[in-house]
Amino acid sequence: MSFFKRYLKEFMLAFGSLLFLSPIYIMFVNSFKDRSQLYENVLALPETLTFEHYIRAMDRMNFGLAFFNSMVITVISVFFIVILSSMTAWMLVRKDNVWSRIIFMTLIATMLIPFQTIMMPLLQLMDQIMQTTGIPMLNTRGGLIFMHIGFNASLAVFLYHGFIKSIPISLEESAEIDGANKLTVFWKIIFPILKPITVTVIILNVIQIWNDYLLPSLVLTDKDLRTIPLATFYFFGEFTIQWNQAMAGLVLTIIPVVIFYVFAQKHIIRGIGEGAVK
Amino acid sequence: MNKHHNKFWYLLFTLPLIIIFATVVLIPFFIGLFYSFFEWDGFSNNPMVYVGIDNYIALLDDGRFGQSAWLTLKFTIMSLILVNVLGLGFALLVTSALKSTNFARTMFFMPNLIGGLILGYIWQFIFSDAFRIIGDLTGNERIFFNWLNDTDFAMYALVIVFSWQMAGYMMIIYIAGIQSIPGEVMESAQIDGANYWQRFKNIVFPLLMPALTISLFLTLSFGFKIYDTNLSLTGGGPALSTELLAMQIYNEIFGYNNYGYGQAKAIVFFIVIATITLTQVYVTKKREVEM
Repeated sequence: MSFFKRYLKEFMLAFGSLLFLSPIYIMFVNSFKDRSQLYENVLALPETLTFEHYIRAMDRMNFGLAFFNSMVITVISVFFIVILSSMTAWMLVRKDNVWSRIIFMTLIATMLIPFQTIMMPLLQLMDQIMQTTGIPMLNTRGGLIFMHIGFNASLAVFLYHGFIKSIPISLEESAEIDGANKLTVFWKIIFPILKPITVTVIILNVIQIWNDYLLPSLVLTDKDLRTIPLATFYFFGEFTIQWNQAMAGLVLTIIPVVIFYVFAQKHIIRGIGEGAVK
Repeated sequence: MNKHHNKFWYLLFTLPLIIIFATVVLIPFFIGLFYSFFEWDGFSNNPMVYVGIDNYIALLDDGRFGQSAWLTLKFTIMSLILVNVLGLGFALLVTSALKSTNFARTMFFMPNLIGGLILGYIWQFIFSDAFRIIGDLTGNERIFFNWLNDTDFAMYALVIVFSWQMAGYMMIIYIAGIQSIPGEVMESAQIDGANYWQRFKNIVFPLLMPALTISLFLTLSFGFKIYDTNLSLTGGGPALSTELLAMQIYNEIFGYNNYGYGQAKAIVFFIVIATITLTQVYVTKKREVEM
């Protein structure tokens, strides 16, 4: 390949992939424009650099609070998904009896159920639990976290299950002979070995829970509990659309995702691949 | 250690997750099955009337449901083609010997991380006002007009946004497939004088079949279940021309308050998706044996 041809190709690929992200560019440049600039040419760079729309959007979406809610809900849900799924998967692999098989098959089979099939009865059941036991399942962060754990448990157990099967049992046996109990064996010996698959489980669940709109929209009614997708939805619904402000709001919602991507890019691409192929 | 003791550890490790899972997924699923045989408006003060399989029979004559199922199928097939053509194309590009491949891979995958709701809003601006403005500027008003006001083009817009989101995902799966092709095979084919197209057609493509199967059926299953992007991009409009199944179920239950009837739709939706996914598993397994 000649020198020139090679650089032309390099340039084409880099430029082509940037062109693919042109919607992001359009969103970004128009978040700085005033109305007349925007309607004059949506593709042009902004003539002035004003953060006015960002400040308005942040205020109207109550972005700080929404970010906090999303963060708390995602982090706590993922924390429990990792702990509970890995523990369950380990037991299911090591105690290979009828019960373990039934539990595992049930978890896998229910992965086929779309959310729309469960959403209405789920709300009814949560309402019942609230009325009979007084546990606030609806309209609380805790209730939403509980439901996120339930919905994402199957895939996590499935991924851990596959990984644990490949770990030789001899390590655990010698520890148990030395008198360590199951909890110690699991946390001291097994859990550290699970690290690669734990990273995958974390990545897949962070993306899923952070972006989830429908479940939080059904569970949370209180304005102060809104997550970022919910705040975005109401932001677009409550006001007649001023595109520059709307674009500023969308840029805000994407910033955390981009930061996450920059820092965990390698893990994300690997995790997504592993989650899909299995 | 005695048996009793073992049972304690077993329950300690598995029971918390099983209880949460049962409360959130398993029990509601069966309650949902039960609801689908009743007529009910969702108000706890109003009676639930048992109607047997009437809800399911009524589905057969429900033109809106049939229309939505047809639109969903149309959407899914168009997306299936576009997503996989783009995904495979990107995968071939970024596995070439160029230096910019890592950068390109990162860019192509980026949209997949943004939630469907947000993506829909970004593109809502592009397909409505931005397109109109570009049309005015360039005079090319046959392509650049408000797509979201046109019943056909609103559907194409949805296909484009979904493909934009999913192409990078499928690219990752195809990359794994391409990288599993032994380098010696490609080299020896090249030495034997096979050109790029011959190598692609006779070596790469056949060896990519497992990746293709996974990608096709993932697209199929994600496509059928699309909701967030549907809601934020078109909201089902104009004139219900993009109201896909997931959205119709939501509207039937929470919009029209037909809890029983809507739940029957939700059960049928489940059966359709389960059939697709099980076919996927079956076909994938069969291919693995053949490989």
